[in-house]
Amino acid sequence: MTRLHSAAELEQLRAAILSSRDPAKPCIAVCAGAACHGLDSLRVANAFQREVEALGPAAGVEVRVTGCHGYCEKGPNVVVGPAQVCYFEVKPEDVPEIVESTLKGEVVERLVYKHPATGEKAVHMSEVPFYKHQTRLLMGDNTRIDPMRIDDYLAVGGYAALAKALFQMTPDQLVDEVKRANLRGRGGGGFPAGLKWETAKNAPGDERYVIVNGHEGEPGAFMDRALFTGNPHKVLEGLVIGAFAIGSHRGFIYTRHDSPQLVKHIEQALAQAQEYGLLGDDILGSGFDFHVELHFDVGIFVSGESSALMRSIEGLPPEPRPKYIRTSVAGIRDKPSNLNNVETWANVPQIISRGADWYAGIGTEGSKGTKLVSLSGNVVDSGVLEVPMGTPLRKIVYDIGGGAAGGKSVKAVHFGGPMGGSIPVHLIDAPLDFDELAKLGAPVGAGGLLVMDEDTDMVEVARYFLEWLTKESCGKCVPCREGMWQTMKVLEGITKGKGKSGDIARLEDLNDVTGAACLCALGKTAADPLRSMLRYFRPEYEAQIARGDHRGDEAVGSAAR
Amino acid sequence: MSDVVMQIDGKEVKARGDMTVLQAARAAGIHIPTLCHHEKLEPFGACRMCMVEVETRGRKSYVVSCLYPVAKDLVVRTRSEGVDKIRRVILEELLAHAPNSPELVALSKEYRADPNRFEMDASFCILCGLCVRYCAEVKRKNAVDFIERGASREISFIPEIAAKECWDCQECFALCPTSYAQAAYFLTEALAFPGRRKAGATSAG
Repeated sequence: MTRLHSAAELEQLRAAILSSRDPAKPCIAVCAGAACHGLDSLRVANAFQREVEALGPAAGVEVRVTGCHGYCEKGPNVVVGPAQVCYFEVKPEDVPEIVESTLKGEVVERLVYKHPATGEKAVHMSEVPFYKHQTRLLMGDNTRIDPMRIDDYLAVGGYAALAKALFQMTPDQLVDEVKRANLRGRGGGGFPAGLKWETAKNAPGDERYVIVNGHEGEPGAFMDRALFTGNPHKVLEGLVIGAFAIGSHRGFIYTRHDSPQLVKHIEQALAQAQEYGLLGDDILGSGFDFHVELHFDVGIFVSGESSALMRSIEGLPPEPRPKYIRTSVAGIRDKPSNLNNVETWANVPQIISRGADWYAGIGTEGSKGTKLVSLSGNVVDSGVLEVPMGTPLRKIVYDIGGGAAGGKSVKAVHFGGPMGGSIPVHLIDAPLDFDELAKLGAPVGAGGLLVMDEDTDMVEVARYFLEWLTKESCGKCVPCREGMWQTMKVLEGITKGKGKSGDIARLEDLNDVTGAACLCALGKTAADPLRSMLRYFRPEYEAQIARGDHRGDEAVGSAAR
Repeated sequence: MSDVVMQIDGKEVKARGDMTVLQAARAAGIHIPTLCHHEKLEPFGACRMCMVEVETRGRKSYVVSCLYPVAKDLVVRTRSEGVDKIRRVILEELLAHAPNSPELVALSKEYRADPNRFEMDASFCILCGLCVRYCAEVKRKNAVDFIERGASREISFIPEIAAKECWDCQECFALCPTSYAQAAYFLTEALAFPGRRKAGATSAG
């Protein structure tokens, strides 16, 4: 690899990469995302590689092991380009047939999508129901990139936005562009990223940091991992642009210690970017220096909370900081530290290359761009999807997800995991929008969408979330540690048929205080699921409590006899 | 730091600009209850008993007064329906662990907290961290620390350090609102260096 010293050299390299590739030749993309990987997709990939090697280079067939395609339900996924023919649930023994048909320009009919009810087939990605309702601005490249090869990212236009940022724009213009795009934080808070950048940029001090929050610890959220593992350079490019805008020379990537594939891809991306001179000293000959360190979580959910994360990077236990000062002013070692999550950073390159006006044209008044959603639960088709902000939840659940599994009906949808909220199915026409969903009590959070069918016990759902949260709290402040534990105990009683009168009041008191008095956002938002339950499913709670009350009377009665 | 004028419970209060709301209130003779606060220690913000209602530019919010900085024209209410509810529920949560702690019992009367409202778990420790922080910040020994997380969090003396440092100190015992620190220490002693007390007492006698 050669080091690039200017934007022109980057473009020369890109041209060389593109000229060595023939877009008309077949390329077989085998998904090695977390779900497909778990279904042994590497055996499928190896089978393809063997088959294609046997054909020899003259056949011109390329095999590419890629990150997550999105349609996890039907893995292992294989997409054959250039026509984007989708094969699902591919096994190693299917491979010779796929290669043979591909060479003949034919399609293996038995492996394409078939609608479970109508039997209608869909061959190309643009026709498969799971994909055709999506706008895959961030995820779309995943099928085109081997995450271990920076050249694949350059081939789809990678690092052009960085070159533009360094040579055609000033840091102020960059911050302004992100502000005008109204990019809001994808990690859960929905705080405007541009404003955060501006605060960090203008905070006093010579040293400032930028951080990727790749912790993604909540159950049911797996979109950041899909994006970061599948396209690490997109996130890295966003980070370098942000660093230049804010005036930071040191960045941190904080991510999961327990996802070896993700770690491998990030490390490779950092090394390759460094070799090409897209990271490190004098990036692309611009004189701008920026270095990145990779840090790992310590296996507790609260380490994804911004101030806890920064303490963790400092080498301290990940306890949220109680101070009333923003981390963008005083974060790591009390230096201004700008933290954005994986998806937020990944949005930056396209905002810079295509402009704030283009970006702001997608979405709703208050929520711009697209949003990654990880869809799971009692749904026909689970996976990672990407839709424009403002898309009705109905479209996500029914058109993309195929509705409730097993012929049942949807009872509720739940956004944001254990710190999100549930809304009943009659509100399913609500748009995917930060503000609208927050009003309904189901804030988007990071984008984990859980579908619950008619058989779901809503008391049990809340109890499950609380049980999880009590284990993931750091345990420092009383309303989080004690409040959630007591809430869980009350819910446990109700689910065991030992509900008592006064339980609702107990739950409400505990929940109100947890929501109002906790030290950090984990505790404060931990009150959200139960609050939404008591708002929409109170009769179910009352009925279960009444059952326990009734049982109590019987016991008293028999004891009295 | 220049002084600021603010309002606490309807009273005009002048405070030094680097003070917290709790310090300003105390200087003005206004009482705010605390459990984890100690003037020799860094504010901890864990018990949340010192929460007050503040109003800035028409926006009302609940903040912990031990950490919230004073500001010009800040309006603070140390008692309100919301504040009292937070304190009551926190006390009820803590009484489930230490129903006989004199400090908690006294506060529970003032805030009408019901000691039997929630499921009891007689762990005695309320995790105010006074012992942990006193040992770390004042004595600089770190002989006692938090272990585990969430609902499993507890304090624990580190036997290797405790065996060397605690014998002649034991200053944290007096800070403990429930006497649990003392109990935890003696447990460590019994497990880690049994017989020392008897031997120590004999040699002293």
